[in-house]
Amino acid sequence: MDPELIKDCVHCGFCLPTCPTYALWGEEMDSPRGRIHLMKQHVEGTPLTPEMAGHFDACLGCMACVTACPSGVRYDTLIEQTRAEVERTHRRGWDERAFRALVFGLFPHPRRLRALRLPLKLTERLRPRLAPLLERLDPRLAAMAALAPPVPRRTLIPPLVAARGERRAVVGMLTGCVQAEFFPRVNAATARVLALEGCDVVVPPRQGCCGALSVHSGRPEEAARFARRTIATFERAGVETVIVNAAGCGSSTKEYADLLAGDPAWAERARALRFVDLAEFLAELGPAAERHPLPMTVAYHDACHLAHAQGVRAQPRALLAGVPELRVREIPDAAMCCGSAGTYNLFQPEAARELGDRKAEQVLGVGADLLVSANPGCTMQIASAARRRGEELRVAHTAEVLDASLRGLSPAALGAP
Amino acid sequence: MTPAPADLSGLSGRFLAMLGPHGVITDPVRLRTYECDGLTYHRATPAVVVLPETAEQVAAVVRACHETGTPFVARGSGTGLSGGALPRSDGVLIVTSRMRRILEIDVENRRAVVEPGVTNLAITEAARPYGYYYAPDPSSQQICSIGGNVAENSGGAHCLKYGFTVNHVLAVELVTPEGEIVLLDAMDPGYDLLGAFIGSEGTLGIATKITVRLSREPETVTTLLAAFPDVETGGVAVSAIIGAGIVPAAIEMMDALAIEAAEAAVRCDYPPGAGAVLIVELDGPHAEVAHEFARVDAICRESGAFAVRVADDPARRAAIWKGRRSAFAAVGRISPAYLVQDGVVPRTALPAVLAGIERLSARYGIRVANVFHAGDGNLHPLVLFDDAEEGAGERAELVSGEILDLCLEHGGSITGEHGVGVDKSRYMPKMFTAEDLDTMQLVRCAFDPRNLSNPGKIFPTPRLCGEVPGVRKGVHPLVASGEADLF
Ligand SMILES: Cc1cc2nc3c(=O)[nH]c(=O)nc-3n(C[C@H](O)[C@H](O)[C@H](O)COP(=O)(O)OP(=O)(O)OC[C@H]3O[C@@H](n4cnc5c(N)ncnc54)[C@H](O)[C@@H]3O)c2cc1C
Ligand code: SF4
Ligand code: SF4
Repeated sequence: MDPELIKDCVHCGFCLPTCPTYALWGEEMDSPRGRIHLMKQHVEGTPLTPEMAGHFDACLGCMACVTACPSGVRYDTLIEQTRAEVERTHRRGWDERAFRALVFGLFPHPRRLRALRLPLKLTERLRPRLAPLLERLDPRLAAMAALAPPVPRRTLIPPLVAARGERRAVVGMLTGCVQAEFFPRVNAATARVLALEGCDVVVPPRQGCCGALSVHSGRPEEAARFARRTIATFERAGVETVIVNAAGCGSSTKEYADLLAGDPAWAERARALRFVDLAEFLAELGPAAERHPLPMTVAYHDACHLAHAQGVRAQPRALLAGVPELRVREIPDAAMCCGSAGTYNLFQPEAARELGDRKAEQVLGVGADLLVSANPGCTMQIASAARRRGEELRVAHTAEVLDASLRGLSPAALGAP
Repeated sequence: MTPAPADLSGLSGRFLAMLGPHGVITDPVRLRTYECDGLTYHRATPAVVVLPETAEQVAAVVRACHETGTPFVARGSGTGLSGGALPRSDGVLIVTSRMRRILEIDVENRRAVVEPGVTNLAITEAARPYGYYYAPDPSSQQICSIGGNVAENSGGAHCLKYGFTVNHVLAVELVTPEGEIVLLDAMDPGYDLLGAFIGSEGTLGIATKITVRLSREPETVTTLLAAFPDVETGGVAVSAIIGAGIVPAAIEMMDALAIEAAEAAVRCDYPPGAGAVLIVELDGPHAEVAHEFARVDAICRESGAFAVRVADDPARRAAIWKGRRSAFAAVGRISPAYLVQDGVVPRTALPAVLAGIERLSARYGIRVANVFHAGDGNLHPLVLFDDAEEGAGERAELVSGEILDLCLEHGGSITGEHGVGVDKSRYMPKMFTAEDLDTMQLVRCAFDPRNLSNPGKIFPTPRLCGEVPGVRKGVHPLVASGEADLF
């Protein structure tokens, strides 16, 4: 933990109202200001106690505090360094260690995720009945089972999707691990939208994990390995720009050069590639293809790793607003995290659930036909919270909405009434 | 290092029974995160922290403190800038951050009833759908608690026209230092005890429910940003505006260094080359604002403004205010450390005092950025220093202190809105005679005879109610001479 970065905090508290854990518990130690104070205690010599580790673990890494801080405190860097320190020096209980090993052995590995498809498919109808049992065994297992999405048919995207009409750009596309296995429609929509907007889309097969999960969980060495592999993959594909459609992957790929700073040659290679969010890229490129009307109302949810970590807020809204007859509504308290936060809903299920409930209430209050965001994790989390309230929420990725508009589909194609 | 907290395990056991495990903090690492408020160089780790959720719980905690002679300190969001919420290492810190329910928005009677931990801005947000808002607007409004506002009688940019917290609080339910729940209402006949409580910095008890006045949102709001070559010409414009009989909703000034900080933090994009900017906001009925605006615009240009920008839609107004609102916290971008000072001078003395501050700054080699509520002469000099540099902190303290002397010399005050707290108690004797201070102690003793409620704040040394913890010793000269009575 860099003491210089800690010193930047002037203890003004402006970050407190945006912090989800402070909103939940109202305690200093579970606020950004308090966590930075804990880091300060540690660098000044206080050993890392289990209590301290607990407060760092409870941080969602949503980076709302970075947006709110007028003093420019790099909480994002600080918490990454802190998580690595926690992993190095803090010994967790055996059950927690086992659960973490399960998660980290599974999620960043598309092939293992794929192996899970069959058992998930088979247990799809059994799971609701298993839930109470799992809940009693361990709420974390229950959370994992509840979050497992219905298993979709696999959609294979060809390695090259050629531009329609005049070619305006050549781009690579990151398929992501969870995205590719459980939300293949999002990737297919992304590729189609890019092609319809005049891009040759290169989709290298057998892409690995980008490392987002590892870097956000204090496993920098593992993250660096994933990063190097991802960079090499896209170098081989011969592209300079790589489109990312999942918010969490977007923020970590943009930080590759920092992650690999200890290795100048690789850092240089990281800098030579431009990873860019889909909405950000499309807004820069400007519309070319015809937008067909989608007469419906959508609520747009800011994924934390898009809005706070990448500062991408205006572009997706502008893209949606560019669809004729589509009305975009704002969700109150938009800057507040939904509790999904990567693996957070697995490791901290109670807090995640409470935040999900709050968000679902606000989303339902908007009264939109469809909830749109750039992160399937978020929409899944909010939809399952809505389901707990007995309400069905239709959800889609920004790419799917654009895809429907460009192809002239009806709102029903997105599941909207 | 801060003094080690005292062992209050007996008392914590009782608190656990009252509040449950989530309402009591005793772990040393956790306790230390409460060691300071927004003024970080005064630090003390509390012996125990409690997080009550109801007035009854606050009362039960306070009663236990009273019984055992244990000092206690209230804390809201911990944004105070005078060390008012500095804990006692031998005492209990009572934090209101879980008492944040808005109990009632009563549009017909234009009031809201809220718990003390509700943030200032949350009240406005709850009232806005009805076309109302809560007028006092400290720069920290998104996070400071209304309980803290009441305790500090906080102000903000718009208090020039609308008044401070004291003008907007209609009633307060409080727990007295003896643990009794009482209601003070502005409508009560007799002594204005509510007035005494507001601004008492937690020394007369803990507010548990606050009724505030809601104000109607003005029909029109226009904000003007005028850039001047230097603070003097800006000051001339301020005097001319007020002299013309105009009472703007706000007149704020920032000097070159403060502008630099704000630009670094939020890229507020003020006119380049400005030695000072003035933000003037006018609100009210459309015709009135239009008329006043034309005059303010003319006055600014006549006084030497080289650029004037106008905003009458919320987005552009927010853009102008962004720089001003972030200014305090933003100086962190241009200086490793800083002190925020708060002093008041008569508006007419502004040019002389600012020139004096500049001389101090040159003499000590310490940069001072100025942000202030120009309309009511409330200065907020930000004294910048590098804490890694030997002796810089001490010199900054000297500059900061001498600025207050300067304010007093010009007939001003040692605090406009941040309170006395622990930081400025030593200046109180410069402003008041010993007799004045003793008389204030009489008020305090009437509420808090055992001197347990936030002891050590406001007053340099506890005089009348005896040393802490303990009972009264001696008799005040005024009481002895029959000029005053204790009860
Ligand atoms: C960046 C920044 C900008 C600021 N701008 C302004 C400004 O423009 N105007 C202004 O006036 N102030 C300003 N402040 C100072 C501060 O925000 C105010 O003093 C505010 O009212 C403190 O509220 P709090 O909830 O943080 O109180 P705390 O700091 O927690 O406590 C302040 C005092 O109130 C007492 N207290 C708290 N709650 C209660 C209660 N329920 N009952 C009784 N006593 C209580 C405490 O004991 C303490 O003495 C600013 C602070 C910062 C950091
Ligand atoms: S990253 Fe999110 S949860 Fe963590 S401290 Fe910042 S605001 Fe709070
Ligand atoms: S992180 Fe930033 S906003 Fe939060 S207390 Fe520190 S300086 Fe203030």
